[in-house]
Amino acid sequence: MRPLLGAASDAVLAVDEAPNPWFDASYVSRNWDTILRYLGEHVWLTVAAVVLGALIALPLALLARGSRLLAGPVLALSTVVYTIPSLAMFAFVFPLTGLSATTVLIGLTAYSLVILVRNFLTGLQGVPADVREAARGMGLSPAQLFLRVDLPLALPAFMAGLRIATVSTVALTTVGVLVGHGGLGQLITGGLAANEYRAEIVTGALGCVLLALVADLLLAGVERLLTPWARAARA
Amino acid sequence: MNDFERAFRYLNDPLNWTRRNGILDLLEEHVAVSAAAVAVALVVALPVGVALGRARRGGGAVVVLSNVSRAVPTLALLTVFAVSPIGFGNRATTIALAVFAVPPILTNAFVGFRGVDADVREAARAMGMSRGQVLRRVELPLAAPLVLTGIRTATVQVVATATLAALVGGGGLGRLINLGFGQRDYGVMIAGALLVAALALLTELLLVVVSWALTPGRRRLPARRVPRAETGARPEPTASGMPL
Repeated sequence: MRPLLGAASDAVLAVDEAPNPWFDASYVSRNWDTILRYLGEHVWLTVAAVVLGALIALPLALLARGSRLLAGPVLALSTVVYTIPSLAMFAFVFPLTGLSATTVLIGLTAYSLVILVRNFLTGLQGVPADVREAARGMGLSPAQLFLRVDLPLALPAFMAGLRIATVSTVALTTVGVLVGHGGLGQLITGGLAANEYRAEIVTGALGCVLLALVADLLLAGVERLLTPWARAARA
Repeated sequence: MNDFERAFRYLNDPLNWTRRNGILDLLEEHVAVSAAAVAVALVVALPVGVALGRARRGGGAVVVLSNVSRAVPTLALLTVFAVSPIGFGNRATTIALAVFAVPPILTNAFVGFRGVDADVREAARAMGMSRGQVLRRVELPLAAPLVLTGIRTATVQVVATATLAALVGGGGLGRLINLGFGQRDYGVMIAGALLVAALALLTELLLVVVSWALTPGRRRLPARRVPRAETGARPEPTASGMPL
């Protein structure tokens, strides 16, 4: 019996003294599939939340631009939603949709919507009234007015909003760990639960930051492509 | 009985408020940690923001700082600090929250002081004011609205994100959400969510009133400041806080 016991206590000692590095490339390569799966979830949650948010925010911003009476309540409501802590938001949605990614998606959409409405409205209000007047005088229909006058002029503000919303959403998605759908956030809490395994925690954290920066760069590139005149003006 | 009714029943029981580790204890912990984090951030960020803004230098670095900070999830920093030598507990939470409170305060102080008209400063100097007097009696009042906005943004953000400490074994009102969720007592979870949301909204409201009272000159409540057409095209210069 003695050798066995000795072996066991040795094992405990070995675990206690095991190094717990902050980053471990072999962890990343061994768990590549898991990381990719969480990354995939993170990306689709972010993209879906920002796209849904934009689809809802645009009509709201157009309505709010149309009347001053609406603009006040829309902005006030967006401040209130923005102030609600994300963990509370997910907790509010949870009874409706349960332990699904939908719970996280609804919460994230609410926040991106709120960020986007403000920026869309700012962009639309920045379109000079006389330019719109002239466009109407030239006989542009409301749809043409939006696509050919409002949209190009408000594009920088729109893109700024999309960038802020995307980066914030990438960071916020991690809070979805409450219901088990936090994308890369799962690595953070997973590493914490796995006896404070630092390599896993840091991989999740770095993954989030990198994803946010890549998304921001991509959107910056899109903005450059969409606004060739801005480059011409700068040159 | 649905979860919301259960939440109200939970909130209606005085014992749930007054017992040890009850709502009042958690609230006290939440507020104490938040206040400490904001205080630390103020001490670090205000002098730097004011100095950079007055010197009109370092604008690029300030923008990068506020953008990068938005990309770092609060949960990540909370966890990393907890497993570092700092260890679990309110100290790690306070430091993590303070780190996130620095960018809004710094950016707004920077933009506020940078925006002070150079002619006004020169006129004040020509009137014989010392540098200290210019700072206190000319620059500070002019920069006050933005500085206060930064402090408000940071504080509300800290109060909101302090909730996340519960996910890494910390205290505060977020604990009710995490506990309720873990024990499948969704009434408690919703009650926690309601309390946290109410606290964040109250903080926002309180600070709106405070900054209104402290702002010199023509007083307008921020809610009434509907964006004007001429200021429209510019995106906000300030780091809008993350609702984490």
